[in-house]
Amino acid sequence: MAKYSIQVNGKKHEVDVLEDMPLLWVLRDIIGLKGTKFGCGKALCGACTVHLNDDAIRSCSYPISAVGDAKITTIEGLSEEGDHPLQQAWEKFVVPQCGYCQTGQIMNAAALLKKNAHPSAQEIEQAMQGNLCRCGTYNRIKAAITAAAK
Amino acid sequence: MKIFAPFQKKKDSNISTEIFSASRRDFLKVGGLLTGGLVLGVSFFSCNEKGKKIISIAPNVYLQIGSDGVVTIVAHRSEMGQGIRTSLPLIVADELGADWKNVRIIQAVGDEKKYGNQNTDGSFSIRQFYKPMREAGAVARLLLIRAAAQRWQVPAEECDTENGKVLHRNSGKKLDFGELVEAAKSLPVPAITEIKLKDNSQFNLIGKETPIVDLHDIVTGKAVFGIDAATEGMKIAVIKRCPVIGGAVKSFDDTKARAIPGVIKVIAIKGPGLPATLRKPLSGVAVIADNTWAAIKARDLLEVEWDLGPNATYDSAQQIEELKQEVTKNGTIRRKRGNFQAAKAAAKKVIDHTYVAPYLAHATLEPPTALAVVKNDSCEIWACTQNPQGAREAVAEALGFQVDKVRVNITLLGGAFGRKSKPDFIVEAALLAKESGLPVKVQWTREDDIHFDYFHALSVQRVVATIDNENKLSGWEHHIAYPSISATEDAAVLQPSDGELGLGATDFPYDVPNINVTTHDAKAHLRIGWLRSVRNIPQAFAVATMLDEVAEARGVDPVANALELLGEDRNITFNEELVKTTYQNYGEDIANYPWETARMKEVIRRVAKESGWGKSMPKGSALGFAAHRSFLTYVACVVEVQVDANNKITIPNVYYAVDCGLAVNVDRIKSQFEGGAQFSASLALKSRITVKNGQVEQNNFDGYQIIRMPESPGQIHVHIVESAAKPTGIGEPPVPPFTPALCNAIYQATGKRIYTLPIDLAT
Repeated sequence: MAKYSIQVNGKKHEVDVLEDMPLLWVLRDIIGLKGTKFGCGKALCGACTVHLNDDAIRSCSYPISAVGDAKITTIEGLSEEGDHPLQQAWEKFVVPQCGYCQTGQIMNAAALLKKNAHPSAQEIEQAMQGNLCRCGTYNRIKAAITAAAK
Repeated sequence: MKIFAPFQKKKDSNISTEIFSASRRDFLKVGGLLTGGLVLGVSFFSCNEKGKKIISIAPNVYLQIGSDGVVTIVAHRSEMGQGIRTSLPLIVADELGADWKNVRIIQAVGDEKKYGNQNTDGSFSIRQFYKPMREAGAVARLLLIRAAAQRWQVPAEECDTENGKVLHRNSGKKLDFGELVEAAKSLPVPAITEIKLKDNSQFNLIGKETPIVDLHDIVTGKAVFGIDAATEGMKIAVIKRCPVIGGAVKSFDDTKARAIPGVIKVIAIKGPGLPATLRKPLSGVAVIADNTWAAIKARDLLEVEWDLGPNATYDSAQQIEELKQEVTKNGTIRRKRGNFQAAKAAAKKVIDHTYVAPYLAHATLEPPTALAVVKNDSCEIWACTQNPQGAREAVAEALGFQVDKVRVNITLLGGAFGRKSKPDFIVEAALLAKESGLPVKVQWTREDDIHFDYFHALSVQRVVATIDNENKLSGWEHHIAYPSISATEDAAVLQPSDGELGLGATDFPYDVPNINVTTHDAKAHLRIGWLRSVRNIPQAFAVATMLDEVAEARGVDPVANALELLGEDRNITFNEELVKTTYQNYGEDIANYPWETARMKEVIRRVAKESGWGKSMPKGSALGFAAHRSFLTYVACVVEVQVDANNKITIPNVYYAVDCGLAVNVDRIKSQFEGGAQFSASLALKSRITVKNGQVEQNNFDGYQIIRMPESPGQIHVHIVESAAKPTGIGEPPVPPFTPALCNAIYQATGKRIYTLPIDLAT
């Protein structure tokens, strides 16, 4: 066990946890931010995607000991009112089916748009290939990202 | 022989049928609730967020109307992505004349007496509850109209509802629903015989596109799934289960596991042995800890000695080879028409192929998870369950409690596809909560999910088609071998049930003079369950790809071939040709939901038109076609494929035409077809479970793959046939025809026929 001070959505949190505890479980079980989901535990599905500074990371495979001073952003901190252009586009296209993967999809797409404000269709596909959707909402995700990037 | 449970009509109180049946009796009972007086005229007080007192009336169990004008509609079926938490309430709201913006949805707990059947599978919800939902809304509408008519001293017949108001047509007077609650409280609830349902032309929500009610919560991370359920003092359990089904814990050493900080208890769970059952947990050892990570870490450090049991030598590749031999023998005839052997002897050409499909896992993105709290002789559950009533009964049985002492709360389901109709993971939580005295949430890891699913069974099917001297398809013999779902409850079952065969094999609709459907023994070695569209997947694969070969052999276009073989416009019953059984027709009376060749021909013609069927395609590109009725819904599909020199498969376009009767929520019909194509693309191109030494060889999404965005089908065009027929489900029907249409397209593009799934063009 070790003590860490991490910054999540602009707020400091002191946690005392196992050194190898993935950020995902720190967020969900210790801090209580549950919008970030568990899907695979091996960085294979993207359901747990959050931002570490401006990068999308798979929080299920990112140990708390590696977080340091980096700023963590989760779906709860993506926008004040749930009105990030991607969240609005997701609502416009009624993207979700079961919805479980969608917070990870949105966080991954948000990191993409930070780096590349106008991605091509192929760039969207490449950037989003690590995020699985078992319901098969890929086409609406593509449409929503394209619309938000306009 | 046991019948495949989801389509079984309820006959007795045996729990396996209790869990999975969806019967006429339930359907009628729901109707009965509206007149039966359980909660009729109940009024009660509550307070809104600002502390203002609200009076409510509940004309029936599905809705309440408050003096603040808010209409609360009870969603009694589980939401897993199909949109049912939106689509059933909108039917109530439309019939009532409510203002959709002023409707609040609450999720019912599992309670069969109150809500009727809640087992959300088999694409049942719209089909079974369209009419009860309309009646629920109509009863409330009439009640409010009578209250207003009394106030205005006008005949009720001159009044109507619209947008949350009752209005008097002649005078233009209006009153909000909320203003009428006090007056309606003292009026008798109208009987079902007094109501008149709206004409379809009066609908404001049905037949339109309504966004799902949970949309904003989902995109902001506020939606509560099973994994998000929590209660005071909750602990997390992760379980090491016996790697072979039917095995058991012999002994275990938890010294290393207990050394992980946060570990509270280690508890062994007794398994059912064999058969593994559809409702009981597997044998294993559970670690209960303060948090999920400690539980996962400690679980991995458990040292368990197993008695692996009789399945320890099982090898799925070997079983497939054995079944390939088996289907060359004489089997058990399940449907017989004419004389196939004579047709074969007289044939000009005989086409004979064997179709192999692997085990599949559901791989819901939310792995199974459930929270249980046990106090004295009662238990409360929060879980992502498709079947709260089944879970309730299974938990009561496992704990030795009365069923009415178990309360099951339903969260959103992060995908389900049939997996979450089994309550095994919920029973695990209940047992551990009782044993430990702690609130326990059981969390399955992805590896647990892939290893211990209720698998979609592997399948070997052989089809022999004969073409006579007049170039007609004269004979059709379909040999089928796969472990039956029924074997999960009864190990003696070796052949498919009538219910399983009725999913695209014995209900072969084509007018061929000589037909045999023949089954063979296949032993179950895993827990076999049902996956979205169930046995329609391998059966449609075999049937619709063979039909493509028949068309080619006859020199006829595949679409023209299907239209010709469907024959005259007619309703088919199959019954006179089925051996010792009748056609189950997805649990519905064939008289109410006939197999109509005219409807199938219509969707085929529509998809041909929309896809530009017959147009010339560039080299390496082609269209493929398949049509399939499942869950009483008619679907035709055309897939466009491009195959490059490296055998890379791209799917630029998918065209569907669907007849699901009256379309309720058009956007969710489209989304189910979009998702259904992706789901089918996964199983066609990527997914396979294999078993060696009785143990599943895949662990996670690296070994068990589902389709990712870059390789997923591009445009998915969904064309809904306009219909006023009784509405039928759309959760499963998109899946079966996509895969054979893709295989047929690949043949056109490459000259290579596909006989084995997933598709591998390199072999």
